[in-house]
Amino acid sequence: MSRNLQYTDSGKLHHFLSIEGLRKETLEQILITADKFTQFGQRDIKKLPLLRGFTVVNLFFENSSRTRTTFEIAAKRLSADVINLNPTTSSTSKGETLLDTVNILEAMHTDLFVLRHAKSGVAELIAQHVPDHVHIINAGDGQHAHPTQAMLDMFTIRQYKGPFHELRVAIVGDILHSRVARSQIHALNSLGVHEIRVIAPNSLLPAQVERLGVHVYSDLQQGLDGVDVVMMLRLQKERMSKAYIPSEQEYFNLYGLTSESLAAAADDAIVMHPGPINRGLEISSEVADGPHSVILPQVTNGIAVRMAVMAMILGGDNNG
Amino acid sequence: MTKKIDVEVPTLLDKLVTDLTPLLSSNPLIIGIHTGGSWLAEILHQRLAISEPCGSLDISFYRDDFSRIGLNPKVKASHLPEDISDRHILLVDDVLQTGRTIRAAMNEIFDYGRPASIHLCVLVERNGRELPIQADYCGMKVNLSPDQQVKLSGPDNMSLSIGDNKS
Repeated sequence: MSRNLQYTDSGKLHHFLSIEGLRKETLEQILITADKFTQFGQRDIKKLPLLRGFTVVNLFFENSSRTRTTFEIAAKRLSADVINLNPTTSSTSKGETLLDTVNILEAMHTDLFVLRHAKSGVAELIAQHVPDHVHIINAGDGQHAHPTQAMLDMFTIRQYKGPFHELRVAIVGDILHSRVARSQIHALNSLGVHEIRVIAPNSLLPAQVERLGVHVYSDLQQGLDGVDVVMMLRLQKERMSKAYIPSEQEYFNLYGLTSESLAAAADDAIVMHPGPINRGLEISSEVADGPHSVILPQVTNGIAVRMAVMAMILGGDNNG
Repeated sequence: MTKKIDVEVPTLLDKLVTDLTPLLSSNPLIIGIHTGGSWLAEILHQRLAISEPCGSLDISFYRDDFSRIGLNPKVKASHLPEDISDRHILLVDDVLQTGRTIRAAMNEIFDYGRPASIHLCVLVERNGRELPIQADYCGMKVNLSPDQQVKLSGPDNMSLSIGDNKS
């Protein structure tokens, strides 16, 4: 899906909606470009002039703190004008439809929408609707995709662990409700990691998850055995309308990442988490704040990765 | 078609070294513009026996045609010393034509700090300026038609050639 929408006819990145449908070279180019942007984070003047005159609207129909903030910082580092809107508290509560809201903002000469919505597929719907000069970045839609999170995770893995093809990666926790996990699995597959494992109770696994090219484990210790990267997921209590887990304590006992369970992974394994962390539910504080954790570098890397995606989308087409 | 320019690059470099020697008293910081300028900066740096490492700039993030041509997929990292404030900078590039690269380079330099001065040194100065920028030191001057392009090959056994169209 989305293949045509995400690229222009000449093959340039146009919208960024899902990892699915993107070429491996595009993912690699994002990582390379982001790497170049990281150097400017240390400079006195952190801004670059690339997006001067562009208007970026962060349109978040669902709450977010770090994603919205890092998108805002990324756009500002590239000198774009940034507007943050949280329409649940303004127009939509007065009855305006989603497309109305987008139309209104587009009439204000918005170049790029960074969009988050609780419903799967909304980013693609809006991408189909907007004219050619307007671009969409999906910042998370329902349980479907969160592609910039996946790319900042890939960037962090590459930064700490080197070439993808040698790595064993485990994704642990609430796969069923996780747009992050879906995007991660597509990205890891596309970049060619050696093995992807998902570790979760059956109740938190999507049907036929094996078809995504992953090995499924229901036992945490077995699943973590020898892995280089442990990607924890947040238990999405707010998306759980029925009992997916017996109790939080039992979930932590079986699937919570602790120093003891982490010992099964490689000695130099890294531990990641997209945040926000439920301490004592999916991960212990000892691990979250411990030497294997790269949770804070993930946040920092989110800025450079989002700068890369915005610059690749908003730059011109004639790249010779 | 491409034809080699009948001038030896080492001869031009000899001239530049002679011209630049008086500048040494100001303890200049040499910065080359990626790629050809960086090659030349390395050589000048060595010939002028400056101990402080050269800087290098990739001006891709400062180009004025981003909206038209987008990001250069091969962009390299820039390397400048931590503090360039109040330094005398010698900016080195291979060919000066429109002046737009130099403008972008100066914009980038000023985002690292406020230098005391910037001098521009180029191997070849050709016609076609679009901005009020000129070289303080140049190896040679040449007049070409607008569809001709000077190209420096290297970094080993550097040579100059003139091509018929932009490749």
